[in-house]
Amino acid sequence: MPTLLAAATLPDAITFAVAAVICVAGALGVVLMRNPVHAALNLVMTLFGIAVLFVEEDAQFLAAVQVIVYTGAIVVLFLFVIMLLGVDRQEQVFADGFVAQRLVPLLLGALVLVEVLLLAHQHWVTGAAKVSGAARGTRTNVVALGRSLFTTYLLPFEVTSALLVVAVIGAVVLARRPHRVPEPGELPDGAVRAAPPAEPPVPSVGGGEGAADGADDETKVVSR
Amino acid sequence: MSPLAALLSPAHLLAANGLVLPHVNYTAIMPELILLGGMLLLLGISAVSPRHLPTQVYATATAGIGIASLIASLVLWHDVQKGGPFSAVARAVDIDGFATLVLVLCSCVVILGAFFAAGFLEREQVQGVEYYALALISASGAMLMGSANDLILVFLGLEILSIPLYVMAGLDQRRAASGEAAMKYFLLGAFSSAVFVYGIALTYGATGSTNLASIGSFLAQNVVVSNGVLLGGLALLLVGFGFKVAAVPFHMWTPDVYAGSPTPAVGFMAAVAKIGAFGALLRVLFSTFPTLRTSWQPILWALAILTLLLGALVAVVQRDVKRMLAYSSINHAGFILLGVQAGTSRGAEASLYYLFVYSVLVLGTFGVVAVVGGRGDEGHGIERYRGLAHRRPLLAGSMAVLLLAQAGAPFTTGFFSKLYVIEASIAAHSYALATVAMLSAAIATFFYLRLVFAMFGERAGRQASVAVPVAPAGAGAPGGAAGQFPPVGTLPAGPAVASAAGVLTLERAAGLVDPGRAEAAAVADDDAGPVVADADLQVSPWVWVGLALCVGTTVVLGIWPSPLVDFARHATLLF
Repeated sequence: MPTLLAAATLPDAITFAVAAVICVAGALGVVLMRNPVHAALNLVMTLFGIAVLFVEEDAQFLAAVQVIVYTGAIVVLFLFVIMLLGVDRQEQVFADGFVAQRLVPLLLGALVLVEVLLLAHQHWVTGAAKVSGAARGTRTNVVALGRSLFTTYLLPFEVTSALLVVAVIGAVVLARRPHRVPEPGELPDGAVRAAPPAEPPVPSVGGGEGAADGADDETKVVSR
Repeated sequence: MSPLAALLSPAHLLAANGLVLPHVNYTAIMPELILLGGMLLLLGISAVSPRHLPTQVYATATAGIGIASLIASLVLWHDVQKGGPFSAVARAVDIDGFATLVLVLCSCVVILGAFFAAGFLEREQVQGVEYYALALISASGAMLMGSANDLILVFLGLEILSIPLYVMAGLDQRRAASGEAAMKYFLLGAFSSAVFVYGIALTYGATGSTNLASIGSFLAQNVVVSNGVLLGGLALLLVGFGFKVAAVPFHMWTPDVYAGSPTPAVGFMAAVAKIGAFGALLRVLFSTFPTLRTSWQPILWALAILTLLLGALVAVVQRDVKRMLAYSSINHAGFILLGVQAGTSRGAEASLYYLFVYSVLVLGTFGVVAVVGGRGDEGHGIERYRGLAHRRPLLAGSMAVLLLAQAGAPFTTGFFSKLYVIEASIAAHSYALATVAMLSAAIATFFYLRLVFAMFGERAGRQASVAVPVAPAGAGAPGGAAGQFPPVGTLPAGPAVASAAGVLTLERAAGLVDPGRAEAAAVADDDAGPVVADADLQVSPWVWVGLALCVGTTVVLGIWPSPLVDFARHATLLF
């Protein structure tokens, strides 16, 4: 600790201390709060604290990503899921599960810790030239990242948009309601109908839901 | 200095203004742009058109887009032959003979895939543009993989290739098997993508670049003393590729996904995924890691042997034709790996040739399977094929040619493709591997011929030995099946699925079936064997065109192989 703090100036140290307290307090809140919404909000606090730490480390880009992606998107997603499942539902979290399930994380966590400590001691990983620049280079990392996104990685960056299009189409296709299952009494078009005519809903991005709804309503009317 | 001040300091603003954007050579990425732009156009048209356009309109448009990208690819091919290979867009893509061949191949797959899809979607009365849009994106991903010169672009290509395929696997929402296939493919595919990205990260860590050429030159100029990270990265990359091409320890998804997905989607999937993955694999191994050849050759050797043997042996015991073809595709992957394992330009050439041949064959074969499967895409037992030659001689004949070509019969492209990979393997002194390949080809011949004999053998329904359930096992009880598939219930008067006995009984009870059909229904009920109503085997003109192209290519280039062989040879000379 002394070596770590020696290089830092006083404002840095204060920022670090405040952010660390925010992080740890938030993390404790996530674990200890009974209400899942409160736990999620505490998670936001932790993630903000980490964002502050990133700024402190001159990793502005990561800080922005941390806020936008984690606090902005992921925790909101958590909250959506919590709300959908019902906030009031009581869950017995520790009721079942194997003992091994509790031991394995401990063991793995200890392993990772040992690995990190080892890595901190000696540097043996690569045979390559250093790939990371100085932490405080001539440019901030936002500039550096922006540059490489618009120069070296221009095509990969642009191509990512195709992935977004796929995601939209895929979500629409898979989330669409399946074809309406015909009633058992329903006959082919050529025969006399036992049930009212029901056009098979045709799937398309454009629409088709209206037809399905209409058919459902009709069926209901007849069955009454 | 505070970060904000640093960001706003004049020096940095100047640096930002002095940013030199790389020159974007649009010709180099034109085929991909055509496919993606065409896809967006199709989606736009379908969104604004007041009524549902028939599927044929979209199929025509897709084939047109495919032809446009084929022309763009051939223009690139011409450029490369005249002016030599070049890198474009900040060295992210490499346009050489190899890449242009992959571009041409993907364009052909799009065109053929559109024909087979049109026939299928028309029969299933599925409207909408989604299938074609997904196919176009997927093919553009394969193109990117083939021409990518950067591991990140390879990964993005892999994802753009795969994610539409996951969706296509689950496109048939009437069958639970289709959803299951999509789920399996997606979960395992996502897992393998994660492994692949990890491989990229380790490679980057070990060499300091994601650019394939830079990695190659770094490895050529430096000796990596402790190369554990590098080898780990290479191994994880191989796992990712192995999954995509369905090489054996990573093949588990293949039979279920092939059996569950809509049939024309399977043909497309098999072709385009193998093109993309093998394209990128060849480039990564041959132009980036040639220095590590002694490390990756044994891995590929083991992969190839396992893939060849397991694919052929397990295919023999399959009763479901789609599953059998799934294992056959694994077997084919083994043959292509043979050329990759050789590690020579001759091997790469043989692999490319094999890819070309295989894509055409697999598209055509699954095109026929889609027709024989009948409405609802359910009848894929081998018994459906019994006596097919008597009912649909032309269809059975095309299927026979395609199957024999897959088996490697002479006077077909399949023969030369197998010959070249084995030849390349022997030239690289992998004698054991070549022997195993020949053995596996012999085993594979058995199951291809079994299907051919079934088609040209006795008429269906007259054999007491055929004791097969009327409805495929996966569909559950026939009654449930009839309830599950709306097209069966909403058929127009003409065609009927005789195997859905429940519907027929119902029709007879209603007393409204014309005598001929009632008779057919009686036959269906009396006979133990399944009878496929001839009306159900309507082959759409679209499928005929596609089949004609596939069979024509297979036979003509099988008798006169030099153009395609030269094409493949020129492709690999220009690395």
